[in-house]
Amino acid sequence: MTSAKALKTETKSETNKPEATAVQNGVHNRMLGIFKAREAGLVAIILIICIAMSFASPYFLTWQNFRAMLLSFSIEGIVVVGMTILLIVGGIDLSVGSVVCLAMVIGGKLFLMGLDPWSASLIAVLACGFIGYLMGQCVTRIGLHFFIVSLAFMVIARGLSLLITKGTPQSLFSLPPSFKFIGQGDIAGMPFVIILFFGIVVFFDLLLRHSTLFRKVYYTGSNEKAALFSGIKTKRIKIVCSTLCGLLSGVAGVVYMARFGAATPQFGIGMELSVIAAAVIGGASLNGGAGTIFGAVLGAALLSLVTSSLILLDVPVYWQDIIRGLILLVAVSADHLLNKRKRSTSTKS
Amino acid sequence: MQPILEVHDIHKSFGAVHALRGVNLSLMPGEVHALMGENGAGKSTLMNILSGVFPPDQGRIHFKGRDIVLPDPAKAQAHGIGLVHQEIALCPDISVAENILMAATNARTSFLMNDREVRARAEKVLADLIPIPVDEKVGDLPIASQQIVEIAKALTLDCDVLIFDEPTAALTDTEAEALFRIIADLKSRNIGIIYISHRMAEIFAISDRITVFRDGAFVDTLMTAQTNPDEIATKMVGREILNQFPAKNPDLTAQTSCLLSVRNLSDGGVLRDVSFDLRKGEVLGLGGLIGAGRSETAHAICGLGRKTNGDITMHGKPFEVGDYSDSIRNGLVYLSEDRKGSGVFLDLSIAANITALDLRHVSANGFVRHKAETTRAEELGRLLSLRCENVSQPVSSLSGGNQQKVAIAKMLSVHPEIIIFDEPTRGVDVGAKSEIYTILRNLAADGVGVLVISSEMPELIGLCDRILVLHEGKIAGQVENDLMTEEEIMKLASGIACQSTSQNIGQSMNATTGGMAS
Repeated sequence: MTSAKALKTETKSETNKPEATAVQNGVHNRMLGIFKAREAGLVAIILIICIAMSFASPYFLTWQNFRAMLLSFSIEGIVVVGMTILLIVGGIDLSVGSVVCLAMVIGGKLFLMGLDPWSASLIAVLACGFIGYLMGQCVTRIGLHFFIVSLAFMVIARGLSLLITKGTPQSLFSLPPSFKFIGQGDIAGMPFVIILFFGIVVFFDLLLRHSTLFRKVYYTGSNEKAALFSGIKTKRIKIVCSTLCGLLSGVAGVVYMARFGAATPQFGIGMELSVIAAAVIGGASLNGGAGTIFGAVLGAALLSLVTSSLILLDVPVYWQDIIRGLILLVAVSADHLLNKRKRSTSTKS
Repeated sequence: MQPILEVHDIHKSFGAVHALRGVNLSLMPGEVHALMGENGAGKSTLMNILSGVFPPDQGRIHFKGRDIVLPDPAKAQAHGIGLVHQEIALCPDISVAENILMAATNARTSFLMNDREVRARAEKVLADLIPIPVDEKVGDLPIASQQIVEIAKALTLDCDVLIFDEPTAALTDTEAEALFRIIADLKSRNIGIIYISHRMAEIFAISDRITVFRDGAFVDTLMTAQTNPDEIATKMVGREILNQFPAKNPDLTAQTSCLLSVRNLSDGGVLRDVSFDLRKGEVLGLGGLIGAGRSETAHAICGLGRKTNGDITMHGKPFEVGDYSDSIRNGLVYLSEDRKGSGVFLDLSIAANITALDLRHVSANGFVRHKAETTRAEELGRLLSLRCENVSQPVSSLSGGNQQKVAIAKMLSVHPEIIIFDEPTRGVDVGAKSEIYTILRNLAADGVGVLVISSEMPELIGLCDRILVLHEGKIAGQVENDLMTEEEIMKLASGIACQSTSQNIGQSMNATTGGMAS
């Protein structure tokens, strides 16, 4: 309605200031292009480890090994996607491990009660989404921090799993093969789990990079007040992210159920830590506003690659956690120090 | 008399950026030495070196007759060099008193806190400035009061040299006056003061000598009494600045059509029955002291504040205040006074900042069209002569003036009909300031309604066609033409004079005579 007016402003001022062409054209602009360096670095590290390992172990460069590695982080990787989105908006979810388990347990219990596994799974996933929604409500209405709220829900969800199963693992061997296919089937030699995981990754990576909804997620996470002052309904955005994280945890739980054919109430303890580690190695910031799905997946891949390499190299199992923890520390420190240098060269006053 | 502080040939680089290239400065005891230069000239870098925030790459600091090394701020304070930060560096969750005595507490050797003494000393320091309740949490205070706390904090240190880095950037004139009295008092106690500010008037009012930096290099040191603002500005910019303010609009009359009209706006808080009209082609100023309700008025109109009562009409049609997103869609936008806190997304790219208000302009079916976004950002960047390498670099890499241009471009990207600028030139250097004034004037000439809130009276007087003055949430009156003087505005702002009730102003503006009810 007023575009003609603004155009007039432009032409007018441009004739006023012919020298005003400080903005260069033609530079390839990808929104949030600053994260490209991080992703490239991770790919390089992963390649270096792969090359080194292919010399160190004859089993490394086999399809079986790669398949096993991909399988090992594919399902957890679905949770990493949700966590990354929540980290970008400035939140965090400690409850994911418990919620994955809850999805498994609810789905399993409903199936054992006679419901068909598909409906049971759908209900389980929605229940997890509802938990995410509740957390978002607590955060935005009461004004609590995601850390505290999700800590509470981590315990609550675990308690619900124990309550539903009375503390004993449920065997689900009678799951129909069509459902088990989700977790155990292959398509042309490629496990369905991996295909599903890559589908989710590509879908959300595209959304995050290109959709207006997820652009608002970056705005909110980068500076919530500035987002409010840009007319963005930040509370709604946070609730959407929290719900999404719950839903994706639910999906992962159902896939685990199909894969293992069982529902164990102790499943997923400590998963939140490796999920957060993967997202952070991949460039997500605990302060919000930064991170990509692609980066987070590379982070998850790196952790999985290191674990599998340590096994192939016969490193005692007790050392593995120490080494993975050190990798997290080194990756995050390196990035922080590099960024610091970048900042101090670009700002002066 | 010997200088108390001398710096010789200081160099400092950050990576590839040569922030300081051999600067010199000498400070006498009891002298107010102003340091001027555009943003990026190296003033703050030198002050950070003098207060021990980071060391110089090269050069000597000669203090009280010997060379000293300042590895950290505590050491600088121990020597007696205190800094009032430009960026407010306070702990928001602890009380005013504890903040003020933070450095003093750190220097104390006793193990236990003495809360009573802390309160008493804080109250004593504040009594000389502006009384602020010392038990209040700093985070709950408005920015101006936080700035006062920051100043009070430095005053508690037993300093021989005090550095003020843009202390008045967030203060109103009355508060600044109080600060100048304090500075005069410090001066009489033989304390050397380095004073950084972009406000020419106050530099000439309080300083003894002026040193100018440009692009990290020393340009000149002059006696204040023997120079003038034009000469200083020329030295700062390296070229002559002819006219800071663009010409006003001579064609405004009471008959000029009204873009926005506000009647009896109240917000249940500070605002009471605010009424005014914003005419087409006009730059309307909104002045008053801090706390008078200037920003609150803007928030109330845009739907950023409390629930409001009163009638607002845009283009003669009634406008219901809802969410801010609704206001944006109706062509009403607000530029926040706190650029870093709520104006821009520092970590995000310039392009992403510029399109933040309404992504629908650069998207289709819920997906951002990156090419359109880049083009839009580059267009607006060119229009505002934004200086950057490309629009995908983060806003944090820009200088204050260019960050502010990004914030303005963000407003313009939605083709607004009315823009409320809250402190449009805060923390912006001279060159960028006059560019921003021209931008505002051009917008008004193109029919966009421009309402400017400012604490700087010369800015309001130079830029605006008409100035409304708020006092305690009410419109105390308005000034235009010959009546536009600092004295007149001050009288209204302080409540000494009250022209008429807000009701009358609305009527007088609608009246055919257009005469002022003064």
